[in-house]
Amino acid sequence: MVELGAQLAGVELRNPLVLASGVLGVSAGTIERAAESGAGAVTLKSIGPKPRAGHPNPTVLEWGCGLINAVGLSNPGMEAGAREVEEAVRRVKVPVIASVFAGDAEGFAAVAETVAAAKPALLELNLSCPNVMGEHGVPFAYEPGSAAAVVGAVKARVRGIPLVAKLSPNTHLLSGVARAVEGAGADAINMGNTLGPGMIISLEARRPVLANKAGGVSGPAVRPVAVRCVWDVFEAVKIPIIGTGGVSSGRDALEFVMAGAACVGVGSAVAWGGPAVFRRIAGEMRAWMEANGVSSVKELVGAAHG
Amino acid sequence: MGKPRETVMARVLEVRAENPRVKTVYLDFAAKAAPGQFVMAWIPGEGEKPFSVSFCGGARIGLTVAAIGPFSRKLQELKPGGVLGIRGPFGKGFKLKEGKAAVVGGGCGSAPLGFLVEELRRAGSEVVFVNGAKTKSELLFAARANAAGARVIVCTDDGSEGRKGFATDALAELLESEKIDCVYTCGPEVMMKKVAGLCAQNCVDCQASLERFMKCGFGVCGQCAVDGMLVCRDGPVFPLSRLARLREFGSARRDACGSVDA
Ligand SMILES: Cc1cc2nc3c(=O)[nH]c(=O)nc-3n(C[C@H](O)[C@H](O)[C@H](O)COP(=O)(O)OP(=O)(O)OC[C@H]3O[C@@H](n4cnc5c(N)ncnc54)[C@H](O)[C@@H]3O)c2cc1C
Ligand SMILES: Cc1cc2nc3c(=O)[nH]c(=O)nc-3n(C[C@H](O)[C@H](O)[C@H](O)COP(=O)(O)O)c2cc1C
Ligand code: FES
Repeated sequence: MVELGAQLAGVELRNPLVLASGVLGVSAGTIERAAESGAGAVTLKSIGPKPRAGHPNPTVLEWGCGLINAVGLSNPGMEAGAREVEEAVRRVKVPVIASVFAGDAEGFAAVAETVAAAKPALLELNLSCPNVMGEHGVPFAYEPGSAAAVVGAVKARVRGIPLVAKLSPNTHLLSGVARAVEGAGADAINMGNTLGPGMIISLEARRPVLANKAGGVSGPAVRPVAVRCVWDVFEAVKIPIIGTGGVSSGRDALEFVMAGAACVGVGSAVAWGGPAVFRRIAGEMRAWMEANGVSSVKELVGAAHG
Repeated sequence: MGKPRETVMARVLEVRAENPRVKTVYLDFAAKAAPGQFVMAWIPGEGEKPFSVSFCGGARIGLTVAAIGPFSRKLQELKPGGVLGIRGPFGKGFKLKEGKAAVVGGGCGSAPLGFLVEELRRAGSEVVFVNGAKTKSELLFAARANAAGARVIVCTDDGSEGRKGFATDALAELLESEKIDCVYTCGPEVMMKKVAGLCAQNCVDCQASLERFMKCGFGVCGQCAVDGMLVCRDGPVFPLSRLARLREFGSARRDACGSVDA
């Protein structure tokens, strides 16, 4: 018998697959669907201090090797967001992860406190959205000091809910950032957010297609970068990692596990396979493990580090 | 991953007035679309929004656009030779059922229904098209449905043409007096909710095409959710068996922020 169960900062998951933030998760109804379709845990879209429409359309596009998006952190604000988390926690049968963001450390702490009252299983701090730089400046996750300041501010206000720091592949200081958030009290790391920002230009229109011009790149194209980032973070810290970026098959997921991920985030793959991708990916992981005589995913975490 | 659905700049072939508020923009865009499917239409610098495919064939599609706000007005101002960005078609369209059909359209909700009536007729169905609008000048595709061989019942709220009253009143009478196998509907959600209710009461099958705020159009962002269903991917057309279980059908929708407006 193959055991797919995973553990993340004390939270038990029936399998390591986590619905990534911003994909489907605008409502309790959609993440419940992802859970019913086989996800081991589900993340809601990032919630900020105030209602936000995000960037104008076009905001999400498919291209040859993945997606590009500049949704721009649209969300209904922390009060309505917390109600959605509450409903999700009530309805969804797998652990619910709430994701939060703000423009500064104090803002993060306020949103985190409001959302934490709805009792999500884990609280993810989105330190890494590349789509709001005009407004919020360089993402916190690009630099150890700013990342640690946010984690520290939230840790001081939120008790009893493990914190996940969501990092960015877009920094040359990644190991330092990972150590800094661990030092500031993060209980896990999500590695990570979209790559870039990138840009798609329509030749015929002679214009970037996204209204925001640039956007975060995700899907199969980013996987090798994301795997390397997980590798680096695994070498740098002891806390568990959710490896995220371009996973669309069981083999992809196991590649992240071997790089050091305890859990594996899945986002863009939903574009091609629908919510049913979770069941398929879990089945493919199980089949590979059976064929290769591995009884538990936990045995494979970091296996590639020798 | 399949073939990416990238934005293609399609040339405008023709723009035709359907009524004083509605125009059809014909585009040089080869696609196999079913009635009820939609495309995302992009005007660089203005935005991108979903529109139903209202004509399809011979390497061209038509989008039938009502002048509502700034974006739809810009679409109507397009001239032959101009271009419009298109991605799609997306979603699940109407499933053509055998037997006698009633097609119920309210206002510009009739946009995809002329195409649907033609396809139902092509498949050999007898079709009654209940065409409702506030007033005579807002009727849409009554003549087109008539030309396709459908029986057309016109209803206007003010009685300026056809019978005075709502399309749902005409449907209620129709369901009592004739055996209808499936009702297809698109229009204001209150109307569709009523249509679905009438169909449930009379044990008649029904399909309704929903509208929600869209961003990606292909089932990733979650913006268009109605309960756990994604209007862009699982819909926009849903069967009665599903509609009956959607709590938010006829009662709640989300704006661009994701805030619920109940
Ligand atoms: C599946 C689908 C098919 C549609 N088919 C047609 C059609 O065939 N013909 C037609 O005239 N219109 C259609 N619409 C509506 C169309 O997308 C626009 O909402 C409409 O043209 C108004 O846009 P506006 O900018 O001119 O007006 P605005 O005044 O800017 O907007 C009016 C209202 O349109 C809705 N809206 C705005 N942006 C979006 C968006 N990105 N996605 C969904 N709704 C939005 C909102 O409810 C808004 O309050 C369809 C919508 C959907 C979801
Ligand atoms: C449309 C879209 C919206 C996203 N929104 C968020 C968000 O609100 N918060 C966040 O932390 N990440 C967001 N992300 C990033 C994903 O959670 C994920 O980290 C990234 O897409 C890489 O994984 P993938 O290749 O499996 O999609 C978004 C991604 C996409 C495609
Ligand atoms: S519009 Fe993005 S999921 Fe439907």
